[in-house]
Amino acid sequence: MLRIDRRLVANIEWPLLVLTLLLVGCGLMTILSATYEESRPFSTFFIKQSIWAGAGLVGLLVAMMFDYRLLHRYGYVVYVIAIASLVIVNIAGVRGGGAQRWIGLGPVALQPSEFMKIALVVVLATNLHRWAGGTRLRLGRLAMPIALFAVPAFLILRQPDLGTVILLGLVAFSVLMIAGLPLRFVMIAALVVGPALPFGWQHLKPYQQRRIVSFLDPQKDPLGAGYHVLQSKIAIGSGMVHGKGYLQGTQNNLHFLPEQHTDFVFSVFAEEWGFVGSAVLLALYAAMILRGLVIAGKAKDNLGALLAAGLTATVFWQVAINIAMTSGALPVVGITLPFLSYGGSSMLALLISVGLVMNVSMRRHTF
Amino acid sequence: MFGSHEVPAELRRRIAFASAAVSLALLLLVLRMWSLQILHGAELAALSENNRIRLRRIAATRGRVVDRHHRVLVESEASYDAVLVPEDARDLENTVETLAQFLEQSAADTTAILERAAKRPKFQEIVVKRGLEWHEVVAIETHQADLPGVSVHVTPRRSYPEGPVLAHVLGYVGEVSPGDLAENSSYRSGDLIGKSGLEKVFDEQLRGINGGRHVEVDAVGRELRVLDKVDAVPGSTLVLSVDLDLQRAAESALGEEVGAVVAVDPTNGDILAMVSRPSFDPNAFASGLRSKEWRALIEDPRDPLTQRAFRGQYPPGSTFKFIVAAAALEEGIINPFNEIRCSGTHGFGERQFRCWRHGGHGSVNLVQALAQSCDVFFYQLGQKLGVDTIARYARAFGLGEPTGIVLGHEAGGLVPDREWKRERFGEPWYPGETLPVSIGQGYVTATPLQMAHAVAGLAMGKLYRPRLVLALEEQNGALVDSVPADEMPDLAVRPAVLAEVREGLVQVVNGVRGTGKKAALEGITVAGKTGTSQVVAMGRKRVKSSELPREQRDHAWFVAFAPAEAPEIAIAVLVEHASGGGGSVAAPVAGEVIGEYFRLKQTREAVRYAQN
Repeated sequence: MLRIDRRLVANIEWPLLVLTLLLVGCGLMTILSATYEESRPFSTFFIKQSIWAGAGLVGLLVAMMFDYRLLHRYGYVVYVIAIASLVIVNIAGVRGGGAQRWIGLGPVALQPSEFMKIALVVVLATNLHRWAGGTRLRLGRLAMPIALFAVPAFLILRQPDLGTVILLGLVAFSVLMIAGLPLRFVMIAALVVGPALPFGWQHLKPYQQRRIVSFLDPQKDPLGAGYHVLQSKIAIGSGMVHGKGYLQGTQNNLHFLPEQHTDFVFSVFAEEWGFVGSAVLLALYAAMILRGLVIAGKAKDNLGALLAAGLTATVFWQVAINIAMTSGALPVVGITLPFLSYGGSSMLALLISVGLVMNVSMRRHTF
Repeated sequence: MFGSHEVPAELRRRIAFASAAVSLALLLLVLRMWSLQILHGAELAALSENNRIRLRRIAATRGRVVDRHHRVLVESEASYDAVLVPEDARDLENTVETLAQFLEQSAADTTAILERAAKRPKFQEIVVKRGLEWHEVVAIETHQADLPGVSVHVTPRRSYPEGPVLAHVLGYVGEVSPGDLAENSSYRSGDLIGKSGLEKVFDEQLRGINGGRHVEVDAVGRELRVLDKVDAVPGSTLVLSVDLDLQRAAESALGEEVGAVVAVDPTNGDILAMVSRPSFDPNAFASGLRSKEWRALIEDPRDPLTQRAFRGQYPPGSTFKFIVAAAALEEGIINPFNEIRCSGTHGFGERQFRCWRHGGHGSVNLVQALAQSCDVFFYQLGQKLGVDTIARYARAFGLGEPTGIVLGHEAGGLVPDREWKRERFGEPWYPGETLPVSIGQGYVTATPLQMAHAVAGLAMGKLYRPRLVLALEEQNGALVDSVPADEMPDLAVRPAVLAEVREGLVQVVNGVRGTGKKAALEGITVAGKTGTSQVVAMGRKRVKSSELPREQRDHAWFVAFAPAEAPEIAIAVLVEHASGGGGSVAAPVAGEVIGEYFRLKQTREAVRYAQN
């Protein structure tokens, strides 16, 4: 199974690998800057993140080597393991910043919700591949995919982590759309639910609204969040065309930015590299995402196509939401920027995802 | 390379569509960057030059607490605080020292402020002093040029117009501690939060949600313009079941005695009055208690901070007898006509157990035994019932476990039985230990709240969980949440039995030889039970309570309900280390409170009649 075929080596997915390495490099560089102090240039954050990136590259290799078609048989196993780890977090997780999201394993803390993103794509691909692209996708067939989304969503909401739940929802939606969910279902749902939401919301009493908001996101401090976004916009905008130069960002150094190495890492980058840097970074993401979709389109089978498209969608939604959020175009929901934000589990999961997409790409000619 | 596609055309079509959508979305983000970094770049760069955007909080008005007739018990009033933003103070140390002169603060205070400032982001404001006097406000305003970064904020401060009345129930507020901050992520440094009583339990509902403004400030921290504003949401109003008039009457009835009074409505569990004395003035906490005042409260031997009404546990003494009486009748140990002879002592093995009345009561039936509180009668009942059966009935009347009042740390009292003794001491229960239990001594303890609860249960034949909070309302009076009466599991005692025991209690107050005649009222039949519980075991010698040192004196109890025919109020009075027994010290207090209840009721009815 892990024997390396010469044909596979010849088919290694170089473009995706190179793009990934460039983004990981950008990420480490930005974390170094975001946590830079003259007395101690290499922060613990930077060192830890570098170690995780190294571990992630090993994960990438492993994820690339086995034949992804094994997931026909083991897709649900992967899912159940991921769910079990979320249950463990709920029962005996490590708390931090008001939420319970981590499993402590000696010196490392793993965040299972990051791996759940992969597991959800894997299980949806396993569930949907048989009839994807055909005309057999009827309403009744949606029950299973919805249930497969609802279980982790419930568990993660309890941590609580609204951002990740929103992301899982968007990823599940993307996989279903690509698999062939008729557009009219979506339009009917949008027509029914869309107007009902604000209508229903207005009819709630203020205290009920407050209860719902605080249920969904207890840490939310609407005013503080607004302040952070304002500071983030100032940081991004003040980069102007060419940026202030590496390690020269002032917003960040004066600690005006919250979570400058996690959710708001993009504003550190944009302040230092300006519009030119932001455009290049977005171009790198665009290239990676479009390459992922090309791989999906050329995949050997439906399973591979859905796997590649779903994993790519995960990266896309995170990039789009995070940058929109840090630039004040969307409310702050706590979604990190792939490859740039600090977070070991996230880095590891992303590199494994890249490995899986490469896996699909390399096997498009095999039988 | 371009071999047969195994993936259906529809799937590839959808993937191509996704590629287009993704490209469009990312292009929009590039445009967003264009807008921020090129179109508005210069403007935002100027803001970042000398970052002068500040986040100023608009403190939410903390909700009020009102009594059942919506009379104010706690409210918020305006207070002036001196606030410092370290970022704007050019020379922080100098500014803090100058400020200290105006505010008459010590060197220790200034050091503490500088320490706090060092620990937090420089743009966050620090409250230097709360509740400024008017001359201090004027001093800061007029010396603004010498005090860069200092400003005066108007914030709501807690005010308790009734002072020490109901203080233990209401509780008090204080500045959030580092421990609280670690525990609850919605707290912010400098917040005032509930530290005890209702202020603590309902902190979340009372607190409301702070708002704030993003403002641009000049070099000394003066506001130039407001960039954004989020209004504060005021906290909810807490409507209590307490009747302020009755509460005041109960406070004054207890007078300078140390003890507690709890009055409840037996028909729904409403707590009408809850007194614990001595008390303290929560207003002192609202403006920041000085350490001297705090020490005085802590070190006072009479423990003013202790909530005696439901945290104080005392042997219930003879008030416990109504439970033993109900148990004996229900279990068929005795019927209402059986008489037992009391000669003043009851022999058990080697020991002689005494009746409180030297010469004995002669032959008495159950009603007479209750009325005259004959100990020997109850020794005999207890001996026949056994401790486990007594315990079962005591628990049915709500003793032995917290009643479930919304305030925290409620004591549960103790109802001993065989199992408890084995677990606690690893020893079997000795039959001789049942005798003190049957007159509410020995290991038995209960809180005044539990005794009021239990006697209310006798009055109605069923128990309601004590209800202190009736409703939560918005500031404008709109109902947010109301608390229904909560009926507890059945007493499992026949109505005929309850009627007989109630008759005994009527005779306590109204009988010729009753022990609680001082609680009697004209026109209203009061039913009650006295109790005098020993603090130290007496030897052979009988000493008058008033001749003992205070901490060895007996506790005086009185529990009652009225009117006996259709009860509306049930009450428990406890006087710690009283100068006399339950009948002479506690019964008059209960009588006064019950009398006041009916006077108030009459006045309200008259007013209502006049208005219609």
